[in-house]
Amino acid sequence: MSNPVVAASAAAAAKDKSQERQKAMIADHFHKLAMAPDLGQKCAYTFVPGNLTELLGSFGVLPVLPEINALQSGMRGKSRDYIGLAEKLGHSEDVCTYVKCDIGMLKSGNVGPTGERLPKPDLLLLSYTGCFTFLKWFELLAQEYDCPCVMLHVPYQGDGVITDSMRRYVVDQLRKKVIPALERISGRAYDEDLLKRQLALSAKAEDDLVWVLESGKRRPSPIDAYFGGVYYIGPIFTAFRGTQEAIDYYQELRGEIEDRIRQGKGPIIPDGELQEEKYRVVVEGPPNWTSFRQFWQMFTDEGAVVVASTYTKVGGVYDNGFRHDPSRPLESLADYCMGCYTNLNLPTRVAMLAKYVKEYSADGFLINSVKSCNSFSAGQLMILREVEQRTGRPGGFIESDLVDPRYFSASNIKNRLESYFQMIAQKRAGGS
Amino acid sequence: MRIEFCVGIDLGSTTTKAVVLDPDRKVLGRGITNSRSNYDVACRVSLGEALINARFALIDGRLAAAAVAPDERQRLLQAFELRFREQQYRSQLRALGERLHHHARQQALGTSTGKALDTILGRMTDEAGELFQVGSSRKSDFFRDLAGSRYVGLAEGLARDGQHAFDPLVGLFDKAILETENSTEAVGTFAEHARQAMVAMRAGALQQAVDAVAAIDLVQRLCVGTGYGRQRLPFPEKLIRSEILCHGLGAHTMFPRTRTVLDIGGQDTKAIQIDEQGIVTSFQMNDRCAAGCGRYLGYIADEMNLGLHELGPMAGKACRTVRINSTCTVFAGAELRERLSLGEKREDILSGLHRAIVLRAMSLLARSGGVHDEFTFTGGVAKNTAAVKALRDLVAENYGARTLNISPDSIYTGALGAATFAWREVQRQQEEAVEVAS
Repeated sequence: MSNPVVAASAAAAAKDKSQERQKAMIADHFHKLAMAPDLGQKCAYTFVPGNLTELLGSFGVLPVLPEINALQSGMRGKSRDYIGLAEKLGHSEDVCTYVKCDIGMLKSGNVGPTGERLPKPDLLLLSYTGCFTFLKWFELLAQEYDCPCVMLHVPYQGDGVITDSMRRYVVDQLRKKVIPALERISGRAYDEDLLKRQLALSAKAEDDLVWVLESGKRRPSPIDAYFGGVYYIGPIFTAFRGTQEAIDYYQELRGEIEDRIRQGKGPIIPDGELQEEKYRVVVEGPPNWTSFRQFWQMFTDEGAVVVASTYTKVGGVYDNGFRHDPSRPLESLADYCMGCYTNLNLPTRVAMLAKYVKEYSADGFLINSVKSCNSFSAGQLMILREVEQRTGRPGGFIESDLVDPRYFSASNIKNRLESYFQMIAQKRAGGS
Repeated sequence: MRIEFCVGIDLGSTTTKAVVLDPDRKVLGRGITNSRSNYDVACRVSLGEALINARFALIDGRLAAAAVAPDERQRLLQAFELRFREQQYRSQLRALGERLHHHARQQALGTSTGKALDTILGRMTDEAGELFQVGSSRKSDFFRDLAGSRYVGLAEGLARDGQHAFDPLVGLFDKAILETENSTEAVGTFAEHARQAMVAMRAGALQQAVDAVAAIDLVQRLCVGTGYGRQRLPFPEKLIRSEILCHGLGAHTMFPRTRTVLDIGGQDTKAIQIDEQGIVTSFQMNDRCAAGCGRYLGYIADEMNLGLHELGPMAGKACRTVRINSTCTVFAGAELRERLSLGEKREDILSGLHRAIVLRAMSLLARSGGVHDEFTFTGGVAKNTAAVKALRDLVAENYGARTLNISPDSIYTGALGAATFAWREVQRQQEEAVEVAS
């Protein structure tokens, strides 16, 4: 499963204070992870979609997110070698490149994005089963580490709704499997009051994140909700939800964007600020990480702003009103797990994209179909046709990969994007 | 007299095409070059060819105006064009000879090499007339191909007779041909070749027409570029259009009822849907793999030691179509050899390979929204009869009866679209100027 968050990357965009803050938060987290074995701090390896950050936090367990490490390796130009090493060890070319990148990193000393070594896991918490690859990934890690592995089976929203029985099923697993495992490794008893306090903090940060992402409805959009958006979702989808740090980060970010709106400014882009918003698009699918900046540049060169994206919902969807709810802690966590973007059925995803195109006044929408991730890619061509029909706006389709640089053909992708934006321009001009 | 024109240039992966449109947006001339080592030169060469081609059309117009009968007009023009091409060939041959000797001297290859080059070039010059006779067949109109096949053949002869080693001669050719085909001077001018061509022909109506047309000042208003090398063209950004848009508009210009366009070019395949004005509404291309593009056939032709143009006719002789599973160009080559070793006939395998390439295109067409009436097939592969047959069959199987348009000039579709965009831009600028003035 593909995932977000870019914060600590050297290839980051022009830095606002909030971004510096995020960078420091992430560096601090990786430092804590590096120190964990010496300090006896417990760690769990887990996944971003539907992550159980608050629950881990209530046991004092630090999360390690292999997807984030893989994408960071992609951005730091290390994924090619890591993937090569994993293939040398027998992992097929068809395997998800996040997995191979992680295995390669593991076999190269398990040094994280900040240059510090990552700790061995005390627990493998397979928190999302919507991606079958995740199961196989943790099977591989389970062979490497002598630690327990707990699986939370997350029912797919096949009918487009979360039923009471689905919710009970997940809560039951949390009570009977996940919480006892966390109690065993942490030596602490489950403290529901602490969890509730954390969930209350989560909801505050979530309110500000939603405000930030919805600012893309404005003209000009003060944010890029895809390339910039992956930075914005960093704290909420990783180690920081349920903390005061996350609240502070999102308040600061919101303040910066309010300033941009007051000044009528467009988004920050790799080379500064976008001066003229020529095209507004919605993007479906994860970005390419190995050529992230170049990929972004292809949009900004054309004056294109991504006003909304589905990828920024990969850890969990908030703009439909969901918030973590301290009054029903485990039920709320269950809803969050089942509500993450790739756990939605195709009609729901189509409806969501069509809504974005309309509500964010987009000229069209683009699908970046990545080779590695079937959770995203399966059904994307159907989505393309359906959203085109419902909105009357043109869809574009490009193909790349998450962290395997062999599948990013810059000249072809640039060619598609230019053609796509020229097509929109031609339609506006009535053919000239 | 002056005639204004707009030009569209399509920088493809294997050839560069230029189309010249007159103010009525009628095609005045087309030019093509396989020079691709330098895009600027490729533009100049293809435009030069298109302008020469335009003058041929103008001569035809003059002859018609002078009431020369159609048959006679065609005969005169064909004779003139052959003589003209011969002169052009001779001019390029002289340039090639200079470059060959230059490199031989630089490499200090000695007098025996100089003599061998003289022998080869002498024979090629002697044979130039035959090459451009009415009814003579040339495998290609590109100087590189024409001169290359003869040069190599003659060099082989010298090697066989023990007069000179083969490799150094071919090495010299590889260097010299690049410089020759990239030289606009070597191609010469219309007036110069026309004058020499006319020496060998009787005067009269043709002479008057040639003189009149040679005196016409062809004035370029605007040039729009498209294709893979478009970013490197010395044009302002607004005069660069993606080839998707240009192919859409070009197909619309050729066949106004077109709704779906399939272009199979050298290095990619495009499936494009357009509306009734030629505006692109959706398109699909492959980003991760280029299997199934024109190079696939080029590779297969090399593997079978055939010319590209021989593939289609040979596949047309197939009794059955061998199923080729591989979608990878290189693996298809391996599959080809395996099938041959199993005793399958070459034509049957070729038929299967053509079906395989078209199946890839069908997948793109499906993704882009299907095949709607009318359906226009463009690009170099549209000239391949076996590919056209496979496409016709598969479209009928999957979408029912569709009108399939293929223009003999389909290779120029992108350039035609670009030239049409150029005139639209001229018109827009004129309207803007009127607005400002008022």
